[in-house]
Amino acid sequence: MDALKKVQQPQVSTQKTMSGAQAVVQSLIKEGVDLIFGYPGGAIMPVYDALYDVEDELKHILVRHEQGATHAAQGYARASGKVGVCIATSGPGATNLITGIADAQIDSTPMVCITGQVASGLLGSDAFQETDVIGISMPVTKWNYQVTRAEEIPDALAKAFYIARSGKPGPVLVDITKDAQFGSLTFNYNPFKGMRSYVPRPRVDLSKVKAAAALINNAKRPLVLFGQGIILSEAESEFQTFIEKAELPSAWTIMGLSALDTDHYLNVGMLGMHGNYAPNKLTNECDVLIAIGMRFDDRITGDLSRYATQAKVIHLEIDPAEVDKNVKTDVAILGDAKESLLALTEWIKPNNHRVWLDEFRKLEFEEYEEVIKEELNPSVDELSMGEVIRSINDQTAGDAIIVTDVGQHQMVTCRYAQFKNSTKSMITSGGLGTMGFCLPAAIGAKIAKPQKQVIGIIGDGGFQMTLQELGTIFQTKTPVKIVVLNNEFLGMVRQWQELFFEKRYASTTMVNPDFQQIVSGYGIETRKVTERKDLNDAVSKMLVHDGAFFLEVRVAKENNVFPMVPTGASVSEIRLK
Amino acid sequence: MKKRYTISVFTEDMVGLLNRVTIVFTRRKINIESIAASDSEVQNIHRYTIVINETEDLVKKVTLQLDKQVEVIKAVYHLDEEIIYQEIALFKVPTNILMQGGEAEHIVRSHHARVLSVESEFTVIEKTGHKEETQHLFDELAPYGILEFVRSGRVAITKPMRTLTSIVNELENTYK
Repeated sequence: MDALKKVQQPQVSTQKTMSGAQAVVQSLIKEGVDLIFGYPGGAIMPVYDALYDVEDELKHILVRHEQGATHAAQGYARASGKVGVCIATSGPGATNLITGIADAQIDSTPMVCITGQVASGLLGSDAFQETDVIGISMPVTKWNYQVTRAEEIPDALAKAFYIARSGKPGPVLVDITKDAQFGSLTFNYNPFKGMRSYVPRPRVDLSKVKAAAALINNAKRPLVLFGQGIILSEAESEFQTFIEKAELPSAWTIMGLSALDTDHYLNVGMLGMHGNYAPNKLTNECDVLIAIGMRFDDRITGDLSRYATQAKVIHLEIDPAEVDKNVKTDVAILGDAKESLLALTEWIKPNNHRVWLDEFRKLEFEEYEEVIKEELNPSVDELSMGEVIRSINDQTAGDAIIVTDVGQHQMVTCRYAQFKNSTKSMITSGGLGTMGFCLPAAIGAKIAKPQKQVIGIIGDGGFQMTLQELGTIFQTKTPVKIVVLNNEFLGMVRQWQELFFEKRYASTTMVNPDFQQIVSGYGIETRKVTERKDLNDAVSKMLVHDGAFFLEVRVAKENNVFPMVPTGASVSEIRLK
Repeated sequence: MKKRYTISVFTEDMVGLLNRVTIVFTRRKINIESIAASDSEVQNIHRYTIVINETEDLVKKVTLQLDKQVEVIKAVYHLDEEIIYQEIALFKVPTNILMQGGEAEHIVRSHHARVLSVESEFTVIEKTGHKEETQHLFDELAPYGILEFVRSGRVAITKPMRTLTSIVNELENTYK
């Protein structure tokens, strides 16, 4: 009888009537989101009210400025590989997101931003806290959409997540009017399945794979350049198999750092303006250049007209618009890096390039003697940025997530930080160069990977751009480690003024407050190092401390980051001093 | 070398998409010479016809960046010889210059222009053709006084036989 009853019962529907605001929250949960960053305000209040009911399932991290929410979401996304989510109100709340959105766009970080908007009837009327965030964010989002009716919410968010995380990831923004949040709908969530106007992963063309393999098999002096594409497609092991099979020297962009162990024998170092001597020099001597998941940024290429003109260029890339954009390719393999690498590895022959690799070693030695030795073990009293990174390397064994801000300390960190079996561990603002990125991004990274040591390395300038996020650390008790390398200068700009503007130090001197006192006010343990003898001990204290820790190191005021490819120069004109 | 290129952008029907499309040009400070938006032969697919004067290298990059926009189905570019194109121009002239007989009327006839409307004060003349042709008529009528002039953006049909339907069918099979 009971069995019969069961059969006769109508199918239990998952459909449920709820408010638009509740639908926002339920959609996030359906997308597997368990944590968001944000800041409340008038036009987003209904969503905040709905969040109040689901605190256990969907945690909200209250930041101190909406820009902080975006960078925290970026740090979270970059460390976890998941979509970072942030939420803000209309008007100034929405405009404060723009820097982080632009950063996520240029660095291909999956992020969904939800903004409140004035009621649909007020749109276009210059209402209180109304801003055209759709118009403002259009140039810096992968996609954006304004919701004006509650019923649109589940589908709009499903599409938003699909677009943010698929293909070449990026930021999307969904703007939801207040009346849509208050309106009601029958909630029925269908994950987005794709659309004809958007092909996230081009199919790998085997004929291109064969053509590329033929070039690689005949190469005497091949050079691989790899970028974040390896990390985004989680192709680290496929990449390693590929380069090991044909013994291909491999250099990285700062976005690709940590995808390959820094001590791997085929890792020949960092590309670009402040990269290593060998890969920059030898870019102009290789016979086949194999670029994987990178986009030939001008900071990588220097003068394009004198960039690797002798080489056949192979480009493995997911985004057709990146092919031939800056550097003309001979063979382009469109597709996801993992798929392309698997196919290409099959077609390349085992090989060795010992003689060619030795050329890298020779130049490496030259750079070591000329630059690295002094940077890591200074002969002067003043501390260098490099020796701080060395101390961190020594004590973390390359198993920490390193987050940086922008400037000299960023270049030094990228140059010297070591990574071992630790992909997704270099989080830096690469394309946009956003000062203020580090502190909130480090918070996001630590929340994403609580079991990992997360160390944010910041200059004294960038630290003061988003310093208010110390409040977020205080409130959430996020045990992130912050290292401020204080040289009382906007160091990178000062370096340029020294080299190219006749030492006219216009507005680069920083008269700083007592950071120890400020940070202590947020209840964070602090330490200040001014002498070398205290450095290792302070780093060790920081690492073992159970909670957030702030370490300020007074470093040399007027050190320069070398090597350097001056603007307009060719990569092979890289200067050691 | 800079040449005149016609870019056809096929898109989903979505508010604000035109803005996304023009941003690609604005970013590179490319002046759009003309733009026309309309339906296409496929239901719910819109097309923009955009004319710019640039090098092929740049046009190619711009077209790929247009194609990259999520709701752009396809963007293609063509030289003038690869398309059949047309523009329409309307001229408002004082009726009396035509009534006087002779020259003005002769100009209108010789350009195969069409009189759309005759009012006591003004007459509206329509001329369909390439920009050079409508401009030629403009130059000849100018001495008689043109009260108002407007020219539409270029609309263009491509010569290659590949149809939008076949492109859409192909995409329908590959996006998943």
